[in-house]
Amino acid sequence: MGIRRWIASWPVYRQLTGSDPLGRGAAAKSRGSRELSPRTHDADRVVRSICPYCAVGCGQQVYVSNGKVSQIEGDPDSPISRGRLCPKGAASKQLVTSPSRQQRVLYRKPYGTEWEELPLERAMEMIADRVIETRGRTWQEHDARGRRVNRTLGIASLGGATLDNEENYLMKKLYTALGAVQVENQARI
Amino acid sequence: MAECHPVGFQWVIEARNRGAKVIHVDPRFTRTSAMANEYVPLRAGTDIAFLGGLINYVLSNEKDFREYLIAYTNAPAILREEFADTEDLDGLFSGFDPETLSYDPETWAYEGAEAAPAAGRRSDIVGDSPPEHSGPDQYGSGGATIGAKPKVDPSLRHPRCVYQVLKRHFSRYTPELVEEVCGVPPEHFRRVAEAITENSGRERTTAFCYSVGWTQHTVGVQYIRTASILQALLGNIGRPGGGILALRGHASIQGSTDIPTLYNILPGYIPMPLAEHELDLDQFVQEDAGQTGFWGNMRAYLVSMLKAWWGAAAAEDNDFCFDYLPRLTGDHGTYQTVLNQISGECKGYFLVGENPAVGSANAKLQRLGMSNLDWLVVRDLQMIESATFWKDGPEIESGELRTEEIGTEVFFLPAAAHTEKEGAFTNTQRLLQWHHKAVEPPGEARSDLWFFYHLGRVIQRKLEGSSEPRDRPLRELVWDYPCEGEIREPSAEAVLAEINGRGPDGPLSMYTQLADDGSTSCGCWIYCGVYADGHNHAANRQPGSEQSWVAPGWAWAWPDNRRILYNRASADPAGRPWSERKRYIWWSDEQRRWVGADKPDFEPTKAPDYTPEPGAKAQDALAGDNPFIMQTDGRAWLFAPAGLLDGPLPTHYEPHESPVANPLYGQGQNPTRQVFDRKYNRYNPPDGVFPYVFTTYRLTEHHTAGGMSRDLPYLSELQPEFFCEVSPELATERELEHLGWATIVSARTAIEARVLVTDRIRPLRMRGRTVHQVGLPYHWGPNGLSTGDAANELLSVVLDPNVHIQEAKAATCDIVPGRRPRGESLQRYVDSYRRRAGIPEEADR
Repeated sequence: MGIRRWIASWPVYRQLTGSDPLGRGAAAKSRGSRELSPRTHDADRVVRSICPYCAVGCGQQVYVSNGKVSQIEGDPDSPISRGRLCPKGAASKQLVTSPSRQQRVLYRKPYGTEWEELPLERAMEMIADRVIETRGRTWQEHDARGRRVNRTLGIASLGGATLDNEENYLMKKLYTALGAVQVENQARI
Repeated sequence: MAECHPVGFQWVIEARNRGAKVIHVDPRFTRTSAMANEYVPLRAGTDIAFLGGLINYVLSNEKDFREYLIAYTNAPAILREEFADTEDLDGLFSGFDPETLSYDPETWAYEGAEAAPAAGRRSDIVGDSPPEHSGPDQYGSGGATIGAKPKVDPSLRHPRCVYQVLKRHFSRYTPELVEEVCGVPPEHFRRVAEAITENSGRERTTAFCYSVGWTQHTVGVQYIRTASILQALLGNIGRPGGGILALRGHASIQGSTDIPTLYNILPGYIPMPLAEHELDLDQFVQEDAGQTGFWGNMRAYLVSMLKAWWGAAAAEDNDFCFDYLPRLTGDHGTYQTVLNQISGECKGYFLVGENPAVGSANAKLQRLGMSNLDWLVVRDLQMIESATFWKDGPEIESGELRTEEIGTEVFFLPAAAHTEKEGAFTNTQRLLQWHHKAVEPPGEARSDLWFFYHLGRVIQRKLEGSSEPRDRPLRELVWDYPCEGEIREPSAEAVLAEINGRGPDGPLSMYTQLADDGSTSCGCWIYCGVYADGHNHAANRQPGSEQSWVAPGWAWAWPDNRRILYNRASADPAGRPWSERKRYIWWSDEQRRWVGADKPDFEPTKAPDYTPEPGAKAQDALAGDNPFIMQTDGRAWLFAPAGLLDGPLPTHYEPHESPVANPLYGQGQNPTRQVFDRKYNRYNPPDGVFPYVFTTYRLTEHHTAGGMSRDLPYLSELQPEFFCEVSPELATERELEHLGWATIVSARTAIEARVLVTDRIRPLRMRGRTVHQVGLPYHWGPNGLSTGDAANELLSVVLDPNVHIQEAKAATCDIVPGRRPRGESLQRYVDSYRRRAGIPEEADR
């Protein structure tokens, strides 16, 4: 390093000679802080999303690096949120990358004391069997008063209100075709 | 609002900075109160008295917006001679049957209107219990059917016109009564009344924002009715800066009602058919379709939905498969379902992103129901309490249940997060906003779209050869969505296209295109247009800074991308803006159409002077100055002649559990509320054993039952454990120590919480007596990084009769210092309270 550069690297010198006389900006910057970059900078892509917590519906920008969510920021284009997120929305990267998120299907036998692992495809077959069997066993063509009802009261569902519209649609469509009427949602609660 | 919708609250602050006055009415002082011009504490469960006081102030001082009132509301409508008010019958309306604890609403109808309005027919009482019937919650996008348009007296002088009836009904809601019921001093009440009325009229509008603090009551629907009456009187509906805005608490809770996973409605608020009457399509449409207004087209909406579901199988000669729809015979809501699980009738249960073991009232009932199932499927991101109750739930700790004796087979299926799938949330403003997929879900995690699509596919495969008639609705179900990627994810956009609907020329762009002859299909009529021209308008992202303040280029609002509902009311009957300052939609004589910043929520070329021909149907029967196009009479209802089970007008009733008697009437509580007095759901009597009021609420840093927040390190650090808020006065009375422990007790159970002694909760003085309130955030349970007892353990199940919502916002309790007993001694402890309160032993029933 030449002597000029050595002197120029001294913050007091930069403060006295540069555009930052109060030493609160460029003059005080160290090499370490100069080399920092936002973790959004090297993202492979930015995907537009919506916050999954309350119903204000703030815009989110999801930053993806190496196939993983690296950061979630507010979307400044949103006329609803103008780039802001609340503590929950701002913490939503932890929601989607949480190490305690379950990634495997778990199964508890009747009267069992522990969870066991079960392949997803097998679970789907077993659940379909349970639905068909319970439906058949509890099917009501008519109710006790002789009214035609075409249904089962043996199967019920309760959904959260973070379901997408498309998910709710398939649920209501399938359950109705199954004759299950006890289909409910957080929206009642 | 600042606590639970912080980013939405920025607009309240913007308004305040421009001179708007912000008034916050709440039992607790919160971050909203801190930013308000005026904070009004009141006793939990008394808002009808407070709002009723405001209505009385408006009426007795003639502060109403008279031109709006006469033209756009049913104030001039004349009622029948037989109608009797709560003022006449000591807290009951005419038509009450003390045997069935229900109303016959016949006498509530307009004079000259056909007898037996639809509400009476829709309700269907079953069983021996108080009325557990299917209610009017189908009116999510419009009112009940009434048989005819009312006779009117525009002078408002007829003694039986709605205006005069209203005046008399609310005359008792004086500032002094408000003080006696709510604990709000008269001078404080007057300041609010003056502020609201000074800020309403031609030049100004006032908005009300509310959340479940208004709905989770045995009179929840009537709370909203009271606000509707006040806002209609003041001319604050359908105009910019006005309205009654529901701040909904979940990303797509509006969408979950529009495309309902609710038992009593089909997509777009079409009611589910009842077993009693609606045997075929014609009968159903006749029963339910309003003859006038846009509901007059219900047959087209329903037939198009049936075509979307059963495709080619749905044809004219088989009633478009109308018979495939299962029939209702009463209340099949979530709390009734839990009772059916305990009784053994309901055997299989899907929980999809919901944690009732923490989040529903009387959480024990929920766990007892789940412990008595054959099988349970839980889909969630984390190991929530509703998945692990059999292993480590509170009943295992107390010894009431043993893991080895619980026969429920449990499947836990990991769910995909919002970043791992695409689809639309409908926000609190009815905006459908698409979220794109960023990454693949980890491991075996899958979207709920994936789960239900593939479950349906597997079921269809297994039933392929079946000849059972009951399997036909499944075998013929249109269930064929293109799948993408390695995990075979169904295309959410294909599902959206089906919801939007198709006609002979491709995607539809507007629900007025729907036909009742089977030539169109549409999964949800109010969403028709979201996929117009084959373009996903929910994904529209024109930046807010590059368009008008109405922002029509950002996402898509139902219906037809209209941002303010009933906005025809923003112009006067002749179609001119009420004022330059509040202009929004108006009639252009040159263009012969409605113009303005928004799309008109009205037929775009129907002139203000349009008068319907006699016998006109559907929207043609509404005049050019009838802005409330979903109502059969086109008017806002100050008085509800049909559609409600607990009265045509709101009345203050005490909460089911209350430390005080109703000062208004001999009738203390809503006489039609749904009560389930039985083992595991005992109620606190109004004596001294449970002397305090408690209310439940949320914190900024957590989300509902905690499934999306208690596993996040940041949020758990910000709010690490369950606490109760008490006033310094109550702390002294009960020797509660700040940061120490308290045990809170009801007839259901006892829970423990850290004590927060704070001025944020104030004792209320109500004419010589003091009422103390306890505040309980309800986010916690035993699992996750941040743990604690669940506040919902304390609540009972007691419901609003109209919509079956639980009374979670006002109940009674006792509070004592120290931690709660553990194990079997907890049961003995609660038993001792029950004995002192004279409640039957648990073993009795």
